[in-house]
Amino acid sequence: MTLTKLGLMATTAMLMAGTAMAETKVKVGMITTLSGGGAGLGIDARDGFMLALKLSGSDEVEVVIEDDQQKPEVAVQLADKMIQAENVDVLTGIIWSNLAMAVVPSAVAQDKIYLSVNAGPSALAGANCHPNYFNVAWQNDNLHEAAGAYATTTGYGNTFILAPNYPAGTDALTGFKRFYEGELAGEVYTTLGQTDYAAEIAQIRASGADSVFFFLPGGMGISFMKQYADSGVNLPVVGPAFSFDQGILQAVGAAALGVVNTSQWGKDLDNAANTTFVAEFQQEYGRLPSLYASQGYDTANLLLSAIGKADISDKDAFRAALKEADFASTRGDFKFGNNNHPIQDIYVREVIQEGDVFTNKIIGTALEDHVDAYAVDCKM
Amino acid sequence: MTFLLFAEQLLNGLQFGIMLFLMAAGLTLVFGVMGLINLAHGSLYMIGAFAAATVAGLTGSFLLALAASLAAAAVAGAVIEMTVIRRLYKRDHLDQVLATFALILILSEGTRWVFGSFPLYLDVPSYLSGPVTLPGGIQYPLYRLTIIVAGLIVAAGLFALIARTRIGIQIRAGEADREMIAALGVDISKLYTLVFALGAALAGLAGAMVGAIQSVQVGMGEPVLILAFVVIVIGGIGSIKGALVGSLLVGVTDTMGGVLLPRMFGLFMDASAATTVGASLSSMLIYILMAAVLIVRPSGLYGSA
Repeated sequence: MTLTKLGLMATTAMLMAGTAMAETKVKVGMITTLSGGGAGLGIDARDGFMLALKLSGSDEVEVVIEDDQQKPEVAVQLADKMIQAENVDVLTGIIWSNLAMAVVPSAVAQDKIYLSVNAGPSALAGANCHPNYFNVAWQNDNLHEAAGAYATTTGYGNTFILAPNYPAGTDALTGFKRFYEGELAGEVYTTLGQTDYAAEIAQIRASGADSVFFFLPGGMGISFMKQYADSGVNLPVVGPAFSFDQGILQAVGAAALGVVNTSQWGKDLDNAANTTFVAEFQQEYGRLPSLYASQGYDTANLLLSAIGKADISDKDAFRAALKEADFASTRGDFKFGNNNHPIQDIYVREVIQEGDVFTNKIIGTALEDHVDAYAVDCKM
Repeated sequence: MTFLLFAEQLLNGLQFGIMLFLMAAGLTLVFGVMGLINLAHGSLYMIGAFAAATVAGLTGSFLLALAASLAAAAVAGAVIEMTVIRRLYKRDHLDQVLATFALILILSEGTRWVFGSFPLYLDVPSYLSGPVTLPGGIQYPLYRLTIIVAGLIVAAGLFALIARTRIGIQIRAGEADREMIAALGVDISKLYTLVFALGAALAGLAGAMVGAIQSVQVGMGEPVLILAFVVIVIGGIGSIKGALVGSLLVGVTDTMGGVLLPRMFGLFMDASAATTVGASLSSMLIYILMAAVLIVRPSGLYGSA
């Protein structure tokens, strides 16, 4: 799409929207991680979000962005500031589950709408689901469940599983085991932030496993994969997309080649929204988008779709408009379940090399129209 | 537990300990000689890793990358000492902690400003990659073995430097009585810069060597820094020998604890609960070790009371 066309469309859209909407701009408060070791995730989510707003040409949305430094106490302060001083209508942006748990319950109780670009702790999906809370990414267990399903269909019968010892880590192993039918060769919890996995790799070597599943997001996954590749243990590895995402694949390098990982998104998913997103993201930021970027992009488009249908001052109508999820998702089909969490396909991807860039290619579907395990507990 | 697994874990503990020693040596020297608590030591470790990743990316040579890590960290150390640290020697420890904590923030965000938020790539060179078979049939990564050997060589060099050279004598004298050696005509400020740069270079080297098997990213130094502090408290503040013994003790305890404790609890608990309890307890183990050492020897194993 050319820029002039886009401009024209935007102008028409504005004219059509008329004066009625012009006064009620939607103010969005984005709290995300922009500094520290986890900054890559927040930056991608923010860039995806802002790209969608830019492409829409809409001036209905005003965004305030703040850095939570990956600290729950900072996130809580920022949320208070945004709600009380900035008077935002919608909050979004939090990457980490522990921060989401600190911010979301009080924000939605104050009748603010929260759109999650990433974190999906089980505590917010089940009995404590809330009409103001929409998760546009996934419930935390989902990608791990898909990995378990993949391991079962591939015929792995003796998997060694490991994850960091914190809530999302236990959720991960629980999710994997929910769909995995084989035996466990071993189950290990590592320290959060651990960087040396020699001891765990030695245990894998001695365990007689036929495959390895691990959930180690960010830098932890980079360390594990490099050390694993160097150890001479040649068992196949399965994991969720977090350790094989665009942002960190270049740092892992050839060690990740051929690794199978599960994701609700891939840059080669064949639909118009995704093709536009990948091309525009590369043009705008000069790098390939990650799954976090796709989630940010989808979140902004969901918001825009709701703004097109209802006025933010009418909360009931606005919530209903959000729930319809009437937007072109980069994932293709996308709808909300009763607990406002996505019902979506989860794919199996493989790490490949394109030129000198490491990236993912979708090789199959692990779970179709997957509903999270906690939805049944949600009375909504 | 088989002999092979035990031996491999022992080597892992040893390798971890050697890495900690490179960090702790600089920290304990700086504290011993200048009486300075340097929280920014972890940032120098990060600078070494980033310098190595950059040079390896440009030249493709791992040896040049190691040299760059030493040089970059030493230069950064010297500059930091001359501009900031020098003003802190006479202040109390709280001021030092505040100022060096500020340095962590400045160096981290500065690094992000230059290199971006995404981790850098630094890999083991092809001639050191892959496993080797040791006597007894132990399969062990060649690179980790190289780290152990390189670390031991650096440790031996450091002992020789402290015990046998003129600079070493000045450093030991500086620890004992800094006014006196200043009165004897030793340029104390130059000596301080030198010691600080030496400690920084060692941290940088550790960062580069570890960066090849872990991830080179902003904030990578802080977790190691905490362990390095545990090491020097166990070993006795200011003692290089204490730092070596403390590092190996912490390295082996941490590694073996992580493996043995879950198995031990597995004897009388179900597997899932045993891993959770075992993992929690093993992450506390080195602090329990530290507390135990401090009860028996309040100034550390080799500390001068």
